[in-house]
Amino acid sequence: MANVHTHEGPNDGGAAQRKVIWKTFWILLILTALEFLIAFTMAHGTMKITIFILMTFVKAWYIVGDFMHLKHEAKGLVWSIVLPIIFVVWLLVALVIEGESIFDAVWL
Amino acid sequence: MAGHASEQIDTKTLWGGKESPFRTSYGKLMMWFFLVSDALTFGGFLVAYGFSRHAYGGEWPIGEETFHSLPFLEGNYPLIYVAFMTFLLIVSSVTMVLSVEAGHRMDKKGVIKWMVATIIGGIIFVGSQAWEWSHFIHGSKFGKVELADGSKAIVHAKEFGEIQNFTVQTAGKHYKAGQVLTNKDLDLLHEFQHAVEAGHIKDKMITLHDGSVAKVSKKDDVEMYLVVKEAGSKYKLRDKIEGAEAAKQYYEAAYSGEAQRVIYGANLERNEYGPKLYANYFFFITGFHGFHVSIGILINIIVLIGCVKGTYHARGHYEMVEKAGLYWHFVDLVWVFVFTFFYLV
Repeated sequence: MANVHTHEGPNDGGAAQRKVIWKTFWILLILTALEFLIAFTMAHGTMKITIFILMTFVKAWYIVGDFMHLKHEAKGLVWSIVLPIIFVVWLLVALVIEGESIFDAVWL
Repeated sequence: MAGHASEQIDTKTLWGGKESPFRTSYGKLMMWFFLVSDALTFGGFLVAYGFSRHAYGGEWPIGEETFHSLPFLEGNYPLIYVAFMTFLLIVSSVTMVLSVEAGHRMDKKGVIKWMVATIIGGIIFVGSQAWEWSHFIHGSKFGKVELADGSKAIVHAKEFGEIQNFTVQTAGKHYKAGQVLTNKDLDLLHEFQHAVEAGHIKDKMITLHDGSVAKVSKKDDVEMYLVVKEAGSKYKLRDKIEGAEAAKQYYEAAYSGEAQRVIYGANLERNEYGPKLYANYFFFITGFHGFHVSIGILINIIVLIGCVKGTYHARGHYEMVEKAGLYWHFVDLVWVFVFTFFYLV
């Protein structure tokens, strides 16, 4: 397996990269704290769930894009990963709606 | 096209066929594809959970009502422990990225330092999850109560009234009449809970395991109230029963002498939090995730050993750390989804 290549380190000793890493950490932390705030202050309902899902996707974008470096990879690779996930998201939406209609059919 | 992509790559990175799909190494690409497949698996579980929950006819447990304990502490801390666990995993993800970043600069000491931090974070997370499971199975101090009208309610309280002692009235094989049993002799709370669930307490008289009968001396609960989760003939869903009425209803059941009027914790048959399905999903999804975290810790330890031995430094790059990092971030990401859909929603 031909996998060997020597790295030349970044000129600034990696400081700029580390700054991005910590910035992303703070974003994730603040988003999570906000989620908890919403969990306790907002009434249970579709709006609450939608906000949670949107916030989770924003967090997922930062983790996958920055931490996992996907933002900087080849576009083909990005789509190879994102497209299947979009299908899973659609599956989730579809089955939650299914669940609700079964509830309506059986219990209402 | 593939030809164009391979022009920009160091010849040593090219795969066997002299191409380099997506301009990335074989190991990294395979790790990404594995992660996509794992995402489909976890996605499947969460979809099933979403479906079951929305199709369920009865009342589904609320996250902040169910998960409100902290290790070693009494009191109500809704979702605090889960928040800590989430914070821990995010921090361990950051330390992992810092390790990868150090690897880019061939900073061996930096890689090792941050890998160790990541492993420690992971171990504390798994330990915390284990505590959550154990606490879930063991149950709360009050359990879930079936009231006289057939409704079922969960209990909230500022404080469970302490059990001070059992005063033996009728001797048994072990204890003598007149003997006052305190926590030095036996675990009063556990004996009390076992007896309540088995129906061995009637009108404050507890039948102990040796056959003796003792009078229970217990302090009053502080700010205890009931929330109805299953309707009965008198109480409706989500009714709140407070004050003296709450204590009356709860202890009528607890001291009725009937088995299973109060149930504690979770087992394969029933649990005090909600439907059987809820407990099933809790263990399955968090268990599957915890299993992944454990594997991740193992992989990280193996990679750490490689770092310490200088294997990757000699190789000229720390890509192995990067691949382990991808896996670790995936595990963090799954937790973000699990905790949002299971605990928060």
